[in-house]
Amino acid sequence: MNELITEPKSESDNEFEPKILGFLCNWCSYAGADLAGVSRNQYPPNIRVIRLMCSGRVDPVFVMDALIKGVDGILILGCHLGDCHYGEGNYEAQVNYEMLNNLLKYVKMDNRVDLGWVSAAEGTYFAKIVTDFTNKIRSLGPSPLSSKSNPSKELLLNMKAIKQVVYDPRTRKLVGRERFITLHGNVYDEKIDEDEFALLLRDSLEAEYIRNQIYFYLKESPSSVKDMSEKIGIDTKTIFEHFLVLRQRTLIDLSEIKGYSPVYKVIK
Amino acid sequence: MEKIGAVLIIGGGIAGIQSALDLAESGFKVHLVEKTTGIGGVMAQLDKTFPTNDCSMCILSPKLVEAGRHPNIELTINAKILKVDGEAGNFNVNILKKALFINSEKCTGCGVCAQECPVESIDLYNEKMVINKATYVKYPQSVPLVFSIDRDKCIGCGICESVCKAHAVEYFQKDEKANLNVGAVILAPGFDEFDPTPLQVYGYGKYPNVVSSIEFERILCASGPYSGMVLRPSDGDIPEKIAFLQCVGSRDIHHAKQYCSSVCCMYTTKEAVIAKEHQHQVNPTIFTMDIRAYGKDFDKYIIRAQEEYGIKYVRSRIASIDEDPKTHNLILTYESEDGKIITEDYNLVVLSVGLNPPNDAIDLSNKFGFELNKFGFCKTLPFSLEETTKSGIYVCGAFAEPKDIPDSVIQASAVSANVNSLLFPVRNTLITEKEYPEEIDVSGDPPRIGVFICHCGINIAGVVDVKKVEEYAAKLPNVVYVDRNLYTCSADTQTQLKEKIIEQKLNRVVIASCTPRTHEPLFQNTLREAGLNPYLFQMTNIRDQCSWVHIQDPEAATDKAIDLVHMAITRVRNHKSLKELSLNITPQALIIGGGVAGLTAALNLSQQGFKTYLIEKEPELGGFSKNIHTTLEGENIQSYLKSLISSVEKEKNIQIFTNSELENISGYLGNFKSNILNTKSKEETEIEHGIIIVATGAKEYSPEEFYYKKDERVLTQIELENILETSEEIKKKKAVIMIQCVGSRNDKHPYCSRVCCSEAIKNAIKIKKQSSSTEVIILYRDIRTYGFKEEYYREARKKGVIFIRFDENTPIEVIKENESLNIVFKKPDGNLLKAAADLIILSTGMEAPRNIDSISQMLKVPLNADRFFLEAHVKLRPVDFATEGIFLCGTARGPANIEESVSQAKAASARAVTILSKEIMTAGAVTSFVDENACTGCNICIRVCPYNAIEKDEMGVANVIEALCKGCGVCAASCPEKAILVRNFTKDQILSEIYALGGNLDGF
Repeated sequence: MNELITEPKSESDNEFEPKILGFLCNWCSYAGADLAGVSRNQYPPNIRVIRLMCSGRVDPVFVMDALIKGVDGILILGCHLGDCHYGEGNYEAQVNYEMLNNLLKYVKMDNRVDLGWVSAAEGTYFAKIVTDFTNKIRSLGPSPLSSKSNPSKELLLNMKAIKQVVYDPRTRKLVGRERFITLHGNVYDEKIDEDEFALLLRDSLEAEYIRNQIYFYLKESPSSVKDMSEKIGIDTKTIFEHFLVLRQRTLIDLSEIKGYSPVYKVIK
Repeated sequence: MEKIGAVLIIGGGIAGIQSALDLAESGFKVHLVEKTTGIGGVMAQLDKTFPTNDCSMCILSPKLVEAGRHPNIELTINAKILKVDGEAGNFNVNILKKALFINSEKCTGCGVCAQECPVESIDLYNEKMVINKATYVKYPQSVPLVFSIDRDKCIGCGICESVCKAHAVEYFQKDEKANLNVGAVILAPGFDEFDPTPLQVYGYGKYPNVVSSIEFERILCASGPYSGMVLRPSDGDIPEKIAFLQCVGSRDIHHAKQYCSSVCCMYTTKEAVIAKEHQHQVNPTIFTMDIRAYGKDFDKYIIRAQEEYGIKYVRSRIASIDEDPKTHNLILTYESEDGKIITEDYNLVVLSVGLNPPNDAIDLSNKFGFELNKFGFCKTLPFSLEETTKSGIYVCGAFAEPKDIPDSVIQASAVSANVNSLLFPVRNTLITEKEYPEEIDVSGDPPRIGVFICHCGINIAGVVDVKKVEEYAAKLPNVVYVDRNLYTCSADTQTQLKEKIIEQKLNRVVIASCTPRTHEPLFQNTLREAGLNPYLFQMTNIRDQCSWVHIQDPEAATDKAIDLVHMAITRVRNHKSLKELSLNITPQALIIGGGVAGLTAALNLSQQGFKTYLIEKEPELGGFSKNIHTTLEGENIQSYLKSLISSVEKEKNIQIFTNSELENISGYLGNFKSNILNTKSKEETEIEHGIIIVATGAKEYSPEEFYYKKDERVLTQIELENILETSEEIKKKKAVIMIQCVGSRNDKHPYCSRVCCSEAIKNAIKIKKQSSSTEVIILYRDIRTYGFKEEYYREARKKGVIFIRFDENTPIEVIKENESLNIVFKKPDGNLLKAAADLIILSTGMEAPRNIDSISQMLKVPLNADRFFLEAHVKLRPVDFATEGIFLCGTARGPANIEESVSQAKAASARAVTILSKEIMTAGAVTSFVDENACTGCNICIRVCPYNAIEKDEMGVANVIEALCKGCGVCAASCPEKAILVRNFTKDQILSEIYALGGNLDGF
């Protein structure tokens, strides 16, 4: 990813110029961007655009990869809700975005990814959105994951954990059926309240995030529940319960017992 | 009203399962209705069982499978009772089968639905300590192995339906009502654990490191949340110091749980021992008032726990528990036996919770119209612990009174005896005999092998390249047909299998799928339906032992599956048709011993029409019970005994031999011949019988200590009761001192005699009732008033009986000074006390009668170290001997009171009826046989056979009694001349499997 984005030329010594990645849908936002060009609507040059057929194609894993590679901001733009060329792809994009946003809050990276809607007729609006987003990211400063920031090992590990959460079948099953269940009714022809589902999803995301943090820490070196609790900053009881789940999933196993504390390691 | 030959059993725990198996084997249709989604009950949750430390699941699961597969047992899970009409002999019961949302006919139990379910829920089987899914099975070995959906947790995402290849998911499944017409009802709903949350003093639910004993049981279990490591919930550390607190929700007047839960002292000791075994770092301490190790071999277990495992017992009840918020350690405060207040830190606290009546007890009592006792358990009748207050409705297991597994199993069989005597006229009216086509003779035909490889949805095919396995198998010699099936066990595949056997003229079948332990009988049945002998079959396990355990390495798994299939094919070529043994049964019984146990068994059997021979060595019937007046509960034993004896004497099917002994015996299960010798007249009688019940009883220990028989003021409890019942002498006595454990729990008699605490309390209360001013002191080691007997312990204390514990390591002395009798003993706090008594009462124990060895030798049934008879299995076959057709009951089995002996006698009778009720019994075809020419008569096989199934004929050649042989093959492996072979496990068959592996096997 680093090779794809050249250093913005206008960057001077004292002003930070962010690298911004845009995911644009073919039918509305990409067309809107074209219109901005036709209309000569000027906007900052920091953005690099990837064209997709639909905003619904934005796999949260792409976003995570981009962030891990050090991109400072990501802008996902689709058709206005109701206008999707494929019917409801942008709704799916929204569900995915919200899920990812929830997770990125754990690492305070949530404000670096935005989702917006731009129609094929909104060239000026496209230019404004890009300008505003670029300014926001500029004021936030470089991503803590960019090469300039000398990213901490802890943050990198947490990002890897989040990437794994969004990659995990369990998360994708829940998010994948979210709209179906809350809007159209589930297999029992019942609608589950959106807030209720959001709560269930949030609990599941948090649990999976912690489990993946634990997993990646254990991959670095075996650890006891207590040491892990200190590393992650969560009480020992909760950490222990997550250890049990990982053990149930045959991802980790006992390594040795130090004093009275079992030490766990990952299974290769 | 017309009687119905079917029985409803409510509750699928070990008691319900045992009753179901007994009755199904006695010619009754059994409906086993379970409220949860799987049978097995609490026993399925246990890690180990006391006092043998047997793995609970290992001994239980064969019973689960048997109940699940028995043609006369219909299992209904997830069900509740709606309405009951009718009377004894004919009840109509409406039940509600709650929806599982998964079609139990179609579900193969493969578990893909649960794997794919994205919703985490709590796992009730593991006491909420780990997660389960919204689509789940109660536990992996559950019977029936049917998944279900937890509608409270399910979000309705539809994934399970999409992934289920058997199309078993039915989101719109509705609850169903069913009507059962049965002749009798057995209540076996078990118990609920006491919930300690409301008891603030223990901090359960508030402090993470305070767990209940059933939670700790799951912690200990290898399949439990911590994979069998002893860890504590707050941080997953190994708890060095574990405190077990006894009597939480038992023996507690403040919380209306006044009774003793009977099992906690033992299960706690077991948990402490297993914890120490699993994690040597832990040091358990058990806080208890008494150690109630009153059962067979229990005291030895306690001694082992103390001496070998270093388990500490502290006689105290905890005053308070606080938590150190930083370490989550628990600070216990208690008063020690010498009166000091002690504060100690522990890393984990286990609350030994008592047994509560099940939560549906009141509902069941209302619907069925039987009464509950004051503790909320089922009320039972005197001398018949299995009868409720409503005729035709019986009870067994913990719902009648808290009890352990063997006592529950005894009661489960005993209850079957009640049903037998109610419904015997309609035996065999509702069971269906399966008809099979005539067997095709394939001997001499070249093998035509059909191989069926199961995908098990994706369980096998997702890892093993089944197509490759198929191609390999097809190339092997004699294989004429190979097929792959999505689920080989499904009903439609069975039909297909049958068709293919006929169409392809298959005469050997190999199925490569899951485990033969559960599925072999199913496939063998299909072979029989196709006219093939069921032994022309071999199954190989490419799921549980291949695809499931090598998920990461599909290539190696495929290679292994190929090898396994190759081995099975090579083996099946050597298979021969085998015939199951048919055995004629003489429907007559021999009962040795005319005490309460023998009388009860005789009466029960004869009432069902079985001719019964009853031998008693004394001139009169009645046994030891003749000496006792009342039970602890106040029931009149003498009038009960009189009516029992007169019923037996009137019964035309019973032939009584008093003054008689068994002279000799020959034969085996179904076909015994015995000679009975009248010791007075020397007259001999030869009888034929199908079974034997041993009810030879025990005798009272005759003390040589404490001036007994030397000073008339020293008496036994039996003698005291006689005085109390026949005179008012006691009013003249100022002080009576009773000494417990005389002839029990010592070097010579290392066991507890079980009844003496109750006897002492019974007589103490009687004294107080007659003469309240007489001082009664009971010197004891532990007061063992288990179950509801605890009430009388409390009553005695209320009436002013003084209980003083003495130091067990310091012998009590009786000293005569001038003319007064003094007792000197040491209290556990070290103080020596001296007390004067007008009467000294010795609570004497029980011991085996003198002639027990000759009976043991004649019947070839073993005695244990305490010289009581040793049952086939301590937990699950408590009244059977290992030798088929011989049963055991009463105090010959070990100390028991009268009501317990009656239960055991009924249990032995019901077990016997599973044989006597059949004209012809079929025994397994997998038995051993002897090559007469090769046998040298060395006796080795006779010694190693665990079932006494080998004898020597008149030529000095070993001869296998096929009716007794279980096919284990130990004889074959030990025969120096290789003269013994085991059918279906012959040398050729086993070696052919080895040779199929290829390579250099010349050494074999």
